[in-house]
Amino acid sequence: MAYGAMLRGAFGSLPGLAQTLAKATPLLLVALGIIIAFRAKVTNIGGEGQLIAGAMAATAFALALPTWPGWLLLPLTALVGALAGGLWALVPGLLKARLAVNEILTTVMMNAIAVQLMNFLLRGPMLDPAQVAAGTNIPQSAALPEQVWLARLIPRTLLHAGFFLAVALAALVAVLLWRTTLGYRIRAVGLSPAASRYAGIPVERVTALAMVLSGAFCGLAGAVEVMGIHHRVVEGITGNYGFNGIVAALFGGLHPLGAIPASVLFGALLVGADQMQRSVQVPAALITMLNGLVVLMVVSSALWRQRRAARRQSAVAAPSPAPAASAEPLPPT
Amino acid sequence: MADFFTWTTLLGILHSTVRLATPYLYAAVGETFAQRSGVVNLGVEGMMLMGAFAGFYVVFTTGSPLAGVLAAALVGALMGALMALVSVTFRAEQGISGIGLHLVGLGLSSMLFKLLLGTVQGVDGLPELRLPLLADIPAIGPVLFQHSILVYMAFLLVPIAAWVLDRTTWGLNIRAVGDNPQAADAAGVPVLLIRYATVTLGGALAGVGGASLSISALNIFQENMTGGIGFIAVALVYFGGWRPYGVLLGVLLFSLVNSIQLWMQVSGVGIASDLAVMMPYVLTIVALAFSTRRLGQPSALTKPFTRGSA
Repeated sequence: MAYGAMLRGAFGSLPGLAQTLAKATPLLLVALGIIIAFRAKVTNIGGEGQLIAGAMAATAFALALPTWPGWLLLPLTALVGALAGGLWALVPGLLKARLAVNEILTTVMMNAIAVQLMNFLLRGPMLDPAQVAAGTNIPQSAALPEQVWLARLIPRTLLHAGFFLAVALAALVAVLLWRTTLGYRIRAVGLSPAASRYAGIPVERVTALAMVLSGAFCGLAGAVEVMGIHHRVVEGITGNYGFNGIVAALFGGLHPLGAIPASVLFGALLVGADQMQRSVQVPAALITMLNGLVVLMVVSSALWRQRRAARRQSAVAAPSPAPAASAEPLPPT
Repeated sequence: MADFFTWTTLLGILHSTVRLATPYLYAAVGETFAQRSGVVNLGVEGMMLMGAFAGFYVVFTTGSPLAGVLAAALVGALMGALMALVSVTFRAEQGISGIGLHLVGLGLSSMLFKLLLGTVQGVDGLPELRLPLLADIPAIGPVLFQHSILVYMAFLLVPIAAWVLDRTTWGLNIRAVGDNPQAADAAGVPVLLIRYATVTLGGALAGVGGASLSISALNIFQENMTGGIGFIAVALVYFGGWRPYGVLLGVLLFSLVNSIQLWMQVSGVGIASDLAVMMPYVLTIVALAFSTRRLGQPSALTKPFTRGSA
């Protein structure tokens, strides 16, 4: 019965489906960032903070230039969001590249800092003047100028143009990772930093860059969430997407195209969970737990995949199978 | 600002430093054991949440603080064993499996809270224990020696952990497993068993650390009430150079900054509270950046062990 409510909520109706895709949008954007980082063996747990940085910066930027025309302001606002997310990731990126400081710990700290900074800004400098005037002081920013609102694709639903942007970017990340020198370097560093250094790849720079790119996607997710859904920054803007995006990335096999169905699936889970909570009183926290179990199962299954691959390899050819890092030819320089 | 640094304030800061340090100490000392054997357990936060809930719920239903502490330890140990299964037996990437475990603990504790309790409620937590004679020392006495038993045990844990790690065979084995599992294995040390033991012990201590919030410091359970303590505890293990006394120093420094921050808010020194709350996290990052000598880092940290592989 609970599952029925969940499925009906997520896929059973046009608004439900639209909501699923709307939730899939930030998940996919964050997942793309996580994939870039993980491919370079950079564990970015800082999606939440980078998303907040992107949302806050994009909002501040659009609010500062309310009279600019939409064709200019809209892409710039998204870009500012991505930049801010990238900058937020620069700190852990540099610390890892330069001083070998564990990036998992620093990104988690940066999350906490972003939350406090947002709380501060939403209660002070960026508090909606309308809230002040009304004396309610609900911590949220003023509404964005309408020309930066992303078009709603189905009237009266939350589905907005950001979904197609995210899908297009997924294809772009696939191209980046497998068709460009940078992508090759990112994957090479992820597979073997030592071999990459020997091959003349600036490992530290690639590491930091992967983290910054990753943060940029998370920041963009924040900007898109503001421009497409809320049209302002509200508390809880992250919706835990920074963490859930990791799950989507892992579930999609760390492949940008695989992340598309994975994000839609987890979008459906999130929508379904809300529905379930309303109709059969099962708390939505169940989904957080399920996500955790999915992560555990995916990382645990890596061992079996390795074993299978090893068996296949030894069955095919006894004489020295090439190690994975050097299996691909170097791109022309 | 001038009347901020009064005698009363200073004692107050000291008092809350001791109190704030407690959950960090349990979590970080437990994590020290796990890391010394080569396993980074990033699921500490989720384990603390489960411990906080289990401890609270048992005290709420039975009224027995002792049962609460035991339940918290047990639940933490179970989650630690799960972490060990995933990262030791299945050799999963530790950074990510820890996050998975954190999500399980976060989700499960929130879910159980909603299903079993519904709203935030209070319990009579552990009573304050005045240590005779010591608590009668003027000024310092009440500050240091009037806490719940969980607070004393947290500080007692540090010398015990140092002694176990440095002076016992078990400790020697733990360090061997963390530094060179191949050699330890060749010498007949049960590598996997030791890692299971340390991660499970770390889980149990994290559970008690969580309970120290819900049945000793605050006497309530709230969703996500640890608010990052577990993650900071992991960072403090790095900061403390993987030695219990180093960890203690890190925890005390961190708690002192946090305590000063809290007292500044209470006494209305003009700093926005959100920015003040941010300071300990900034400090942690700075501390991590400066503790990069990596003295004492177990060489096999985060590396799964496979017999026969170099």
